[in-house]
Amino acid sequence: MAYIGDYEIVIGLEVHAELLTESKLFCGCSTEFGAEPNTHVCPVCLGLPGVLPVLNEKAVRYAVKAGLALNCQIADFSKFDRKNYFYPDLPKAYQISQYDLPLCRKGKMRVMVNGEVKEIGITRVHLEEEAGKSVHSAETILGSDYSKEDYNRTGIPLIEIVSEPDMRSPEEAKAYLERLKTILQYTGVSDVKMEEGSLRCDANISLRPKEATKFGTRTELKNMNSFRAVQKALEYEAGRQEEVLRQGGVIVQETRTWDESRGVTISMRGKEEANDYRYFPEPDLVPVVVERSLVEELRAELPELPNSRMERYMREFGLPEFDADLIASSKPLADFFEEAAKQCRDPKAVANWVMGDFTRLLKAEEIEADRSKLRPRHLVEMLALIDKGTISGKIAKTVFEEMFATGKDAAIVVKEKGLVQISDEGEVTRIIDRILAENPQSVTDFKAGKEKAITFLVGQVMRASKGKANPALVNEILRKKLAGL
Amino acid sequence: MNLHEMTAHRLHELLKAREISSTEIVEAVFNRIEAVDGTVKAYMTLTREQAMAIAREADAAFKNGQAAPLTGIPLALKDNMCTSGIKTTCSSKILENFVPPYNATVVERFRAIHTPLVGKTNLDEFAMGSSTENSAFFTTRNPWDTTRVPGGSSGGSAAAVAADEAVIALGSDTGGSIRQPAAFCGVVGMKPTYGYVSRYGLIAFASSLDQIGPFTRDVTDTALVMNVIAGHDPLDSTSVRREAPDFTKSLVNDVKGLRIGVPREYFVEGIQPEVKEAVAKTIDLLARLGAEIQEISMPHTEYALATYYLIAPAEASSNLARYDGVRYGYRAKEAPDVITMFKKTRSEGFGAEVKRRIMLGTYALSSGYYDAYYLKAQKVRTLIKQDFDRAFETCDALVSPTTPTVPFKIGEKSGDPLAMYLSDLFTIPANLAATPALSVPCALSKEGLPIGIQVMGKAFDEGTLLRIAYTIEQNTDVHNQKPNLAGAAGRDAGGPAKDAGRAHDTGRASGKDVR
Ligand SMILES: [Zn+2]
Repeated sequence: MAYIGDYEIVIGLEVHAELLTESKLFCGCSTEFGAEPNTHVCPVCLGLPGVLPVLNEKAVRYAVKAGLALNCQIADFSKFDRKNYFYPDLPKAYQISQYDLPLCRKGKMRVMVNGEVKEIGITRVHLEEEAGKSVHSAETILGSDYSKEDYNRTGIPLIEIVSEPDMRSPEEAKAYLERLKTILQYTGVSDVKMEEGSLRCDANISLRPKEATKFGTRTELKNMNSFRAVQKALEYEAGRQEEVLRQGGVIVQETRTWDESRGVTISMRGKEEANDYRYFPEPDLVPVVVERSLVEELRAELPELPNSRMERYMREFGLPEFDADLIASSKPLADFFEEAAKQCRDPKAVANWVMGDFTRLLKAEEIEADRSKLRPRHLVEMLALIDKGTISGKIAKTVFEEMFATGKDAAIVVKEKGLVQISDEGEVTRIIDRILAENPQSVTDFKAGKEKAITFLVGQVMRASKGKANPALVNEILRKKLAGL
Repeated sequence: MNLHEMTAHRLHELLKAREISSTEIVEAVFNRIEAVDGTVKAYMTLTREQAMAIAREADAAFKNGQAAPLTGIPLALKDNMCTSGIKTTCSSKILENFVPPYNATVVERFRAIHTPLVGKTNLDEFAMGSSTENSAFFTTRNPWDTTRVPGGSSGGSAAAVAADEAVIALGSDTGGSIRQPAAFCGVVGMKPTYGYVSRYGLIAFASSLDQIGPFTRDVTDTALVMNVIAGHDPLDSTSVRREAPDFTKSLVNDVKGLRIGVPREYFVEGIQPEVKEAVAKTIDLLARLGAEIQEISMPHTEYALATYYLIAPAEASSNLARYDGVRYGYRAKEAPDVITMFKKTRSEGFGAEVKRRIMLGTYALSSGYYDAYYLKAQKVRTLIKQDFDRAFETCDALVSPTTPTVPFKIGEKSGDPLAMYLSDLFTIPANLAATPALSVPCALSKEGLPIGIQVMGKAFDEGTLLRIAYTIEQNTDVHNQKPNLAGAAGRDAGGPAKDAGRAHDTGRASGKDVR
């Protein structure tokens, strides 16, 4: 959906990610999430009169690392600026941010959309501080009788990652966000949890006539709380803009907020647009000089990133590109896969379990692979039991679910639940004899040449054995019996 | 001589000899305050109980042989430095009842050596002004003539030291706020190099210009205070990582061979003849004592005032934005929504001069005007700094009048901001250049009003300034004179002035033997 009606869609994204430092950007307060309101505060992050900021060096390292992971150039000389505006959750009435000399610029990222690789430019990555959190007595600040302020979040380090307007569809935007999340996760600089607000996204979207070279007027979308919401909001907004243009109207440059429940974007005109942030260099901080040696040190610390992992999985484990990309797109999942695959002679089987049942169960529990009770050794052990014929592939599903729920070893689950495959010829023959006796019509059908009847009979045998009968053995004996009848 | 009239180094000798105690000094100072502060009005807040408690600590420290040179010496603080548990108002209605939960670094340093804090002194609201007339509460009077201003913005600290209501004091200097009141009150005042003294806990006016510094009765005491407050502070990122020297090593009565520059641009029209004459005489004295006097040119001096009045208000507009009524300080009543609350709080909480500067600064930073005003001012600031760099290629220090005039009358300039701004004409360039400068008394006018000479130096070369100032002091008599506050009223209206303290020494304190 690069085009809508007669127009091409142009999208750029601004992503804010909280950095995983233990202390805040300019003071020693903890960054822990979920503490009692106003317990992680001090004179500095409360902006009391007379206080001064002291830069957290670790946050600079993290921001530079993120920049390197996004193939950015790292500035030798960077500085902080004040962004001035009044809001109750902003204790100093300015946010310390970076204006014209960000830490990182001119990066790029490769994204796979519908099987095609697309390169998206990164304009800049800069470091700034979080604001606090307002809790209004009603839905909005204007409709509220009072608001409470929680300054625990104030001063937590953030990076803002600004993309070039290189995306041409809402799907591309979603794919970009997913890959960006993966890269930050791999780099270990952010825990990228949108539900805890540690990752946020604003989107700029405009339309232009096909073949046009100039960009159209854009709107900025805010308040999307998931990647899916970003995609939906962009789809809605593309449609809205197309309709306005088709009817001969003009797009107003403005900020619009996404209303998730109604599925529409709403103009916030007059609130955001009036702001003149009066940026100027922060006089309380000295410029940041990033030595080349530090950049090289941080570059060396970078872990293997998703693209190279994907390529390695194809090379080392012989996975198809689709599988390799899917697994590499989540670091915890990839780590899980890799540990299991190294101990198995059939990595593709590992990949199938990881992409299939494992992913489904993780999603249902809303956890990442590293939090699962089921560890790679469980899967390895279970695959070995299949190999040995102890359990069937079908039974393995049950075993896997039980291991996922309890963290018990495969052999124990099999034993406790009596799931050992029946490979005893005598026992299988007894069941088959009973089924043949109970289903004379199917026997007749088979004799009359209806091959399908045997499938039915196999199914009946498996059911009677509660799925434990060895399927190959059942087939063999059944055919022999039918031939002899 | 009474205890409250002595210099810190003289008191230290007596304390060390166990002839007196710190509690006696503090008593003497509070008696003096009771006698004269009703007239002078130097203090916003007095902290007698804490001062006595610390004086007892100080006496114990002398007993244990753990006393520093300023242990037990009564100190006054400008009321824009945060003191834990003690109101810190900036002489503003918006912070009238603000009690900080933490101490400024300079406060911590004095606390560590048991220096009793007498109280917090009056200033022009948020340090914006040159007379203390912009204080939201009252105007401090010049002890030499109580119909005149003490200068500003650190007028309370200067007056406290001049009127013997404290032995030493700290002020802050953004465009002359230590040196101008020091000159007006006949005391020594120094603005150190930017970055030498931690700003942590100093309520910001203009962050790139603000610097804390001492007010003292003589140059020796200035060196002693510098020994306490100078040096790196990890809580202030702009504080330099540099070991401070022992400043008393610079107390040398000798200027032979020192190259002293006299910038032509500092002797402009509008200087009162008496001031010009006093400074010229002091320059002659320095020449007689062996200094090489050179007339030099600092061509960008004339742009300093305009540059300052863009940069300082710009930074102030941002620094003062936090006073919004949400977390602390004054909050307007009966505001229907948060935006109205912001507006009413700030309209009611700030005085006229503060509002004027916030508006100036907001304008200078606005999109579309930033390049023409703020950015251009920063470029001119660089040119002014280059003037200093060039001057210091051939000179070891520069001298000029500290102020163009003797102290003016209360009310004389309060209706004319521009005339008031001119009072800082000679002090502003050193703030823009981030270099050190001090004012030392050099004469009294015919009317008996103090006149100061400014000595300016290279960054981190406070030593040379102290040496020149010390030489001037040792070869003139002005620092031995005291204002006559005989007819002064006590703090409790109509109360008789009590005789303060015991007299231990009638001779004047000599700086020569304290090195
Ligand atoms: Zn904090």
